Amino acid sequence: MNILLAVVVVLGIITFTQLIRVFELTKSLNGTKDNEVTVKENNGIANGFMLYLIGYFAFFIWLVWKYGPFLLPEAASVHGEKIDLLMNFNWVIIITAFAITHILLFYFAYRYRRTKGIKADFVTHNEKLELVWTTVPAIVLAIVIIYGISTWNDIMRDEPEDALTIELYAKQFDWTARYAGEDGVLGKSNYRLISGTNPMGLVTLETIVEKLAELDKKKAKYELKLSNAEPNGTIAENTKEKIRKVDKHLAKVVAYQKELEMDNNVFLTGNDDKPVKVEFHLPVNKPVKFFIRSQDVIHSVFMPHFRAQMNAVPGMLTSFYFTPNKTTDEMRIITKNPEFDYLLLCNKICGAAHYNMQMNIIVESEEKYNAWLKEQPAFYAEEASADEEVKEIVASN
Amino acid sequence: MEAQLETATHHDEGHHHPEPFITKYLFSQDHKMIAKQFLITGTMMAFVGMIMSLLFRLQLAWPGESFGILNFFLGDKWAPEGVLDPNMYLALVTIHGTIMVFFLLTAGLSGTFANLLIPLQIGARDMASGLINMLSYWFFFLSSAIMIMSLYVEAGPASAGWTIYPPLSALPQAIPGSGTGMTLWLVSMSLFIVSSLLGGLNYIVTIINLRTKGMKMTRLPLSIWALFVTAILGVLSFPVLLSAVLLLIFDRTFGTSFYLSDIYIAGEALDATGGSPLLFQHLFWFLGHPEVYIILLPALGITSEVISTNSRKPIFGYRAMVGSILAIGFLSFIVWAHHMYITGMNPFLGAVFTFTTLLIAIPSAVKVFNYITTLWKGSIRFTPAMVFAIGMVSTFITGGVTGIILADAALDINLHDTYFVVAHFHIVMGLSAVLAMFAGVYHWYPKMFGTLLNKKLGYLHFWLTFISAYGVFFPQHFQGLAGVPRRYYSYTEYPLFADFADLSVLVTIFAIIGGLAQFIFLYNFVYSMFRGQKSPQNPWQSNTLEWTTPVKHIHGNWPGELPTVHRWPYDYSKPGKDQDFVPQTVPLEEGESDGESGH
Repeated sequence: MNILLAVVVVLGIITFTQLIRVFELTKSLNGTKDNEVTVKENNGIANGFMLYLIGYFAFFIWLVWKYGPFLLPEAASVHGEKIDLLMNFNWVIIITAFAITHILLFYFAYRYRRTKGIKADFVTHNEKLELVWTTVPAIVLAIVIIYGISTWNDIMRDEPEDALTIELYAKQFDWTARYAGEDGVLGKSNYRLISGTNPMGLVTLETIVEKLAELDKKKAKYELKLSNAEPNGTIAENTKEKIRKVDKHLAKVVAYQKELEMDNNVFLTGNDDKPVKVEFHLPVNKPVKFFIRSQDVIHSVFMPHFRAQMNAVPGMLTSFYFTPNKTTDEMRIITKNPEFDYLLLCNKICGAAHYNMQMNIIVESEEKYNAWLKEQPAFYAEEASADEEVKEIVASN
Repeated sequence: MEAQLETATHHDEGHHHPEPFITKYLFSQDHKMIAKQFLITGTMMAFVGMIMSLLFRLQLAWPGESFGILNFFLGDKWAPEGVLDPNMYLALVTIHGTIMVFFLLTAGLSGTFANLLIPLQIGARDMASGLINMLSYWFFFLSSAIMIMSLYVEAGPASAGWTIYPPLSALPQAIPGSGTGMTLWLVSMSLFIVSSLLGGLNYIVTIINLRTKGMKMTRLPLSIWALFVTAILGVLSFPVLLSAVLLLIFDRTFGTSFYLSDIYIAGEALDATGGSPLLFQHLFWFLGHPEVYIILLPALGITSEVISTNSRKPIFGYRAMVGSILAIGFLSFIVWAHHMYITGMNPFLGAVFTFTTLLIAIPSAVKVFNYITTLWKGSIRFTPAMVFAIGMVSTFITGGVTGIILADAALDINLHDTYFVVAHFHIVMGLSAVLAMFAGVYHWYPKMFGTLLNKKLGYLHFWLTFISAYGVFFPQHFQGLAGVPRRYYSYTEYPLFADFADLSVLVTIFAIIGGLAQFIFLYNFVYSMFRGQKSPQNPWQSNTLEWTTPVKHIHGNWPGELPTVHRWPYDYSKPGKDQDFVPQTVPLEEGESDGESGH
């Protein structure tokens, strides 16, 4: 590949330099000035533009023929079908405008090339024509606007009440889908509680206690380091700074704990949640609302088959809902691809592995979905392998 | 308003005294020299940006394959064994975008043509302030130098995309390029903004105050109208980018939390709370959208001049053209959030911005119709400038219509951040504005350098560029519609996108051809400066004032008195005249109208 490219480039350079020499030589032979265009040149270029028009349209048609089949299959969601209709409506309008203006542009360039004996027409304006070509696009655009905005409102408003809620949690560089447990409520989360055993920062009695214990341990470690370090040296100063940070973090978690103690129930809702990685499932024909969060930088939930996209923004909770209406099996038949899978991809630049931050999505019947969900371990079940120390603290509370 | 301020210069009579090299070529306050400085620096930066795009296109077409040339340019750290590093991929994409949008298409385009054309076309000795003009160039030069320096930083240059959204751009832990590389980017852009503001202020003041006798606003060439509105857009919107940049610097360096909240990264829960990344996006795009019209309006202005001169016909619908420049300028301020439909902002705003964005299509369409009607019944002379101008109109149509699709929030849901957007903005900016810039260079080269560019090389340059450029960007619409995201290092992880692998190769091959074609232009540009045919005073038989100045530059532009203007600039093929053009300085005959007859 390398050699082929190198050969092509070298040949290209040689060709160009030779062409340049030819031009210079011929220029000095026939003596036209570089600001004068000969009749032959002018006609040649006019023909060139007509050829270009044909070639351009042919290229367009060829691309549609070759790559049309690889565009996205029909939408797999209720609102997605509306979007596709709106899209097709817009295509009709813009391809018409594109074709007409291009034909006129290149045809006029060809037809009105300088011709001996024919002068240009001194036409400066035409109020009637200008009025027509301002109002017609304005009316067409008004229709586009109204149709477009009403589709948008359809999609973004009137949230269904009985939607299944799932959280999509983004971080460099993977996704976690969190389902509410039997209580049907997604537990709270707080980024200050994130730890090895609690990667999403879920708030439960256990996780708070665990985090406090972890921070205490960390502080103890730094204090030991401080006591062994040379007083006022760089290591001492750095360690003091680290201790200040841990103290700050501790204080925030303690304050948060106090805040939550007012509302006892909040501790109970997170334990039964089910965080799922690599692949998540949806029941067909049921509305689902995604709550979208991010741990570190902006990511984006992009599920192209469902015509769904929404940024995951750190510090903000965003959401998007839709109703999937084609199961994975159905889609495999439609696309004639037995290995087809719905996909969640990250679609906002987020770092080195942005190009490989994906999750599989399976849409299936409600029974199959329920069966799958039952098998997924709950958060607290995973938590059960936490420190013995913590267990005791929890038990004594 | 015909008030005329004589700039305090003793060069009115055009007498020469030998000028030191430094004040003539380096620290010049003469707008014509400054224009050339902007052109040359902008072009050099453009070549850097273009080569970067060719480098990352190699990775996209042949993912994971080893290329000696990558190792040659990027070294063992960023292209180990000749394979592009994913962080460097994002860095190249970022710097490519930054250079092309700002250094080529803003400074290179506006800086060159505003400086060259404004004083000459309005009949002024020079800009209102030569000193500020000179400073505007040198800030640009410094900004360019720092941007290039940022490429050599150990952890790599800025890599968060040219849109540098925080938190990615605020946190070095998130991506290495967000360390020193990002700091230098921010410094460079701050200087760039200063340069733009200095330039813009100068252009506005000059156009308002220094028009020569008889140069009413309604007799201004459309290039000046466009550059005028462009300068206003810049002066109003660049300060907002500066504020976005400053707040980002504060978040990065002083522990503030304008854009940051609830972040856990690299094993640490960061202190910042209460900030919003969306604030940055609103501030950025408040400039970002007018920015693309800052790029486009001068391109449209140049196209008007080139098309009417070479059709030997008045530009059709001068008033509508001025009206649409003003409308585009105004509307460009109220559409910015169409870049943010799926960012999580209130959906109501989605509806509002869909409405305002689609409105811009109307003045844009009017301009296209006016160009086409200018050609109708013209007597067209295909100079190299003219063919580029026609190419500009074609690409403006193509890119513009896909803008209608993207303007629609509902349709943007599935197209945001895909190759469809990449195709759209490259066709309007990378093609349309660049083609117009070439048209401007071919058309005004004789004014800048006193010689003519080689015509045949110009044609060759045009056809190769026009063909390969569409070859690069048109296919990308299909990728976008298929859901292929942008800013991806590779697509091999997705069986879904496997069918587009050969399309990536096709695109890259066209890109290489197009890239090589630009060297033809570079050769022509440099060679013709020294060995080109000498140009006559008015090589294109054009009406505007710049062609009434002597071929050899003098400070103060006109020897003797400033010209007096009697008519608009579009009297081409006017009935009852000996020649098919009537320069603006020719007095009116009895009963003759000075502009669009009847008005």
